[in-house]
Amino acid sequence: MDPRRKRKLRLAVLLSVALMLAAALVYTSFSAATETRQPSEVLASAEKGRSYELTGKVVDGSVDRGDDMLRFRIRDRAGTESVPVEYTGAVPDPFREGREVIVTGELRDGVFVAERDSLVTKCPSKFTNADDS
Amino acid sequence: MAWLGSASLVAALLTALYAAGASLYGGIAGERRWVLSGRRAVYCMAALLALAMAVLEAAFIRSDFSFELVARNSSEATPAFYKVTAMWSSQEGSLLLWVFLLSVYSTVVLALLRNRLREIAPYATAVLSAIAVFFLALVVFAESPFTTLAAVPADGQGLNPLLRHPAMMIHPPLVYSGYVGFSIPFAFAIGALITRRTGAEWIQATRRYALIAWTFLGFGIMLGALWSYTELGWGGYWAWDPVENASLMPWLTGTAFIHSVMIQEKRGMLRRWNASLIAATFVLALLGTFLVRSGILDSIHAFGASTLGKPFLGFIAVVLVGSVALIASRWESLRSEGRIDSLMSREAVFAGNNLVLVGICFVVFWGTFFPLISEAVTGTESTVGPPWFNRYVTPLALVLVLLAAIGPLFAWRRMTARALRRAFLAPGALTLAALVAMLALTPAAESPTSLLMFSFVAFLLGVVVQEFSRGVSARRTMTGQGRLAALGGLVSRNRRRYGGYIVHSGIALLFLGVAASSAFVEQRDARLAPGESIRVGDYTLTYREPTARILDDRSGTGAPVTLGAAIEAEKDGKRFKLLPSRNYYGAPEPEEDAPFRGFFEGEATSEVDVRWGLVRDLWVAVQPDLGALEAPIAEADREFRDLPADAQGLLVAAIAERFRRAPSEVNVRVLVSPLIAWIWIGSGIAVLGALVALWPEGRRPLAGLYAARVGREAREPAPA
Repeated sequence: MDPRRKRKLRLAVLLSVALMLAAALVYTSFSAATETRQPSEVLASAEKGRSYELTGKVVDGSVDRGDDMLRFRIRDRAGTESVPVEYTGAVPDPFREGREVIVTGELRDGVFVAERDSLVTKCPSKFTNADDS
Repeated sequence: MAWLGSASLVAALLTALYAAGASLYGGIAGERRWVLSGRRAVYCMAALLALAMAVLEAAFIRSDFSFELVARNSSEATPAFYKVTAMWSSQEGSLLLWVFLLSVYSTVVLALLRNRLREIAPYATAVLSAIAVFFLALVVFAESPFTTLAAVPADGQGLNPLLRHPAMMIHPPLVYSGYVGFSIPFAFAIGALITRRTGAEWIQATRRYALIAWTFLGFGIMLGALWSYTELGWGGYWAWDPVENASLMPWLTGTAFIHSVMIQEKRGMLRRWNASLIAATFVLALLGTFLVRSGILDSIHAFGASTLGKPFLGFIAVVLVGSVALIASRWESLRSEGRIDSLMSREAVFAGNNLVLVGICFVVFWGTFFPLISEAVTGTESTVGPPWFNRYVTPLALVLVLLAAIGPLFAWRRMTARALRRAFLAPGALTLAALVAMLALTPAAESPTSLLMFSFVAFLLGVVVQEFSRGVSARRTMTGQGRLAALGGLVSRNRRRYGGYIVHSGIALLFLGVAASSAFVEQRDARLAPGESIRVGDYTLTYREPTARILDDRSGTGAPVTLGAAIEAEKDGKRFKLLPSRNYYGAPEPEEDAPFRGFFEGEATSEVDVRWGLVRDLWVAVQPDLGALEAPIAEADREFRDLPADAQGLLVAAIAERFRRAPSEVNVRVLVSPLIAWIWIGSGIAVLGALVALWPEGRRPLAGLYAARVGREAREPAPA
């Protein structure tokens, strides 16, 4: 084969591989993603058996550390509607009432049952005060 | 003193404006005097910014709470080390640090350049000054670090306890030195494009800065991971968090850049690619600064909502559009001189490694911005988790290590099959032996991807050893030196090449640590009563007794109360003690009727105890149960709420003592991570290798003769 055609062929193969990879990336990201919902949204329209990423603030006075289960309520970032959460696993250091948290799980009979170790506390950014985060 | 800081910032802004204008005019009109004046203005700007930094640092050291920044991020009780480093924990301080580092880099590069690159340098100076203008405008008009308080508070709020970790205090300046460093090759690339001098000279002049930036950024990322491992109490070091990803992306494209520029130097190829790659790296570095800065940390919704969002996004857009337009307008003059002749050539391997690195960067980019992408496409915000990242990054990382391993075996241009066979023989045999050993002696076969990674790492190390031993024997034949002297001579005469091999070995060991620790980690969470034991891996851990300390935490962060557990670990009859604990920093403003409760609420951080080891780490974190303290705290609040502050301390000590005397249950998390230490060791080796590659080379009288012997790598151009 003459070298020019060979180069073109190589380029074509390379481009199609890259394209296929990119397509797979896009496809899986949309299908594997968990939707992020606030408590009011989850309460209004949670499909049974589907897992969501619940984000919001920990309601003041709602934290109850049981023997091996942590119970608390999460409310909308700007709102009062809240949902009870049952959680097992590691509790991150910055977890605090009033803090913004994310937890993954599903809604069962009005209680958000979280996956083990899925609790993430949004870092109190080092660029803001701990109190106003 | 704040007026002095503010004044020097305003002066620096004016100087930067002048430097940009003078350099640009000097470049266009060909007026040397203006170019020189612009350059001196850059030096002057650096001096003014050094003054501003000094004023701010002095305020932190003196605990001058009339500075709003000091009052917010420091306090009388903050340990000295953290007073000094608290400067960059604020947004304002870190922006000042950014532009200060930029002025230092610019000064060094311009001073060392002297009269070389006469055409490109004025434009590069103008670009660097323009970047400085943007950041200075931010600190002067929007985020002044020198705001003063009319009512001076008696004490400051103190530094966020989570950040009180040595790694976390060195981490920001390192990452920033990385981000900022990439602006040097970027500025010279822009200068080269404007003047259409798109050969290798801008690369020779700046590749060292790219490597410096790469080293700083990599080291900074590693320290961040180490902080996460030892301070955050969850046991991991990487979570594909947006902020981590933000720092990784420019590092990935920067890695691609420091490889692909070698092809441009040697073969005159990939000019378009290199110009695009450094522009992308700089844009990603700005994006990284912005992501942390914008408050995206707290909430992805803060994107663009913070006061800095709009100007920052605008600046990034200008840089991006400007670079793309410039590269497009110079498309023809960026045509390659050479071509890739054969897939069996080093340039083909380099090109492959570039594609993989950019591919990984794209994966990370897509995943990081997926919440925004999905919201734009489907209307609902979704996120992708670590498994999604791992699915793509793992295979790409495997290919990357394989390519890094075989790269040195290929010659430039092309290679005969026979020569290739000879080069592959020894490392191939070593890999096979390692594979057999792993299958026979370790459970490595349980994780096929890890097994593959271990084999590639073995191959890479084999290749590096072969390269070193070939070089040493060639040198011994020539000079008749002993082995060690020959090795020293070999490395010191080919610093870039052998430094690079050392970096490769370090990165390979890092991958070894990552693969082994993520596939074979054993983790247990348990709740233990005193005397109870659990078994994790080969260790038996027994909870002996609670511990309590007042104002005496092990890492000296100034925590008022530290509660923890003494845990005895036993393996093969050997016993040792672990003392994980938790620091309680107290609420900043406790409720008036419950001053004692305040001591145990507020911020708390894990003080993990790790038994470090080359083979495996034993990692233990505890979460003490404060339930037993409820009653004494309530009693203290009821009876002694009006006690003066110094007497309160005594009572808190008594409560802590009660915790120690009346053992309660604790929650522990135990991890046994095999080979995880090699992540840190590998990073250290990589930094060392980078230093070898960076070290200035002296004259080499023997160069010609030596080159004839060692052969193919000979005509490396002398580094600039």
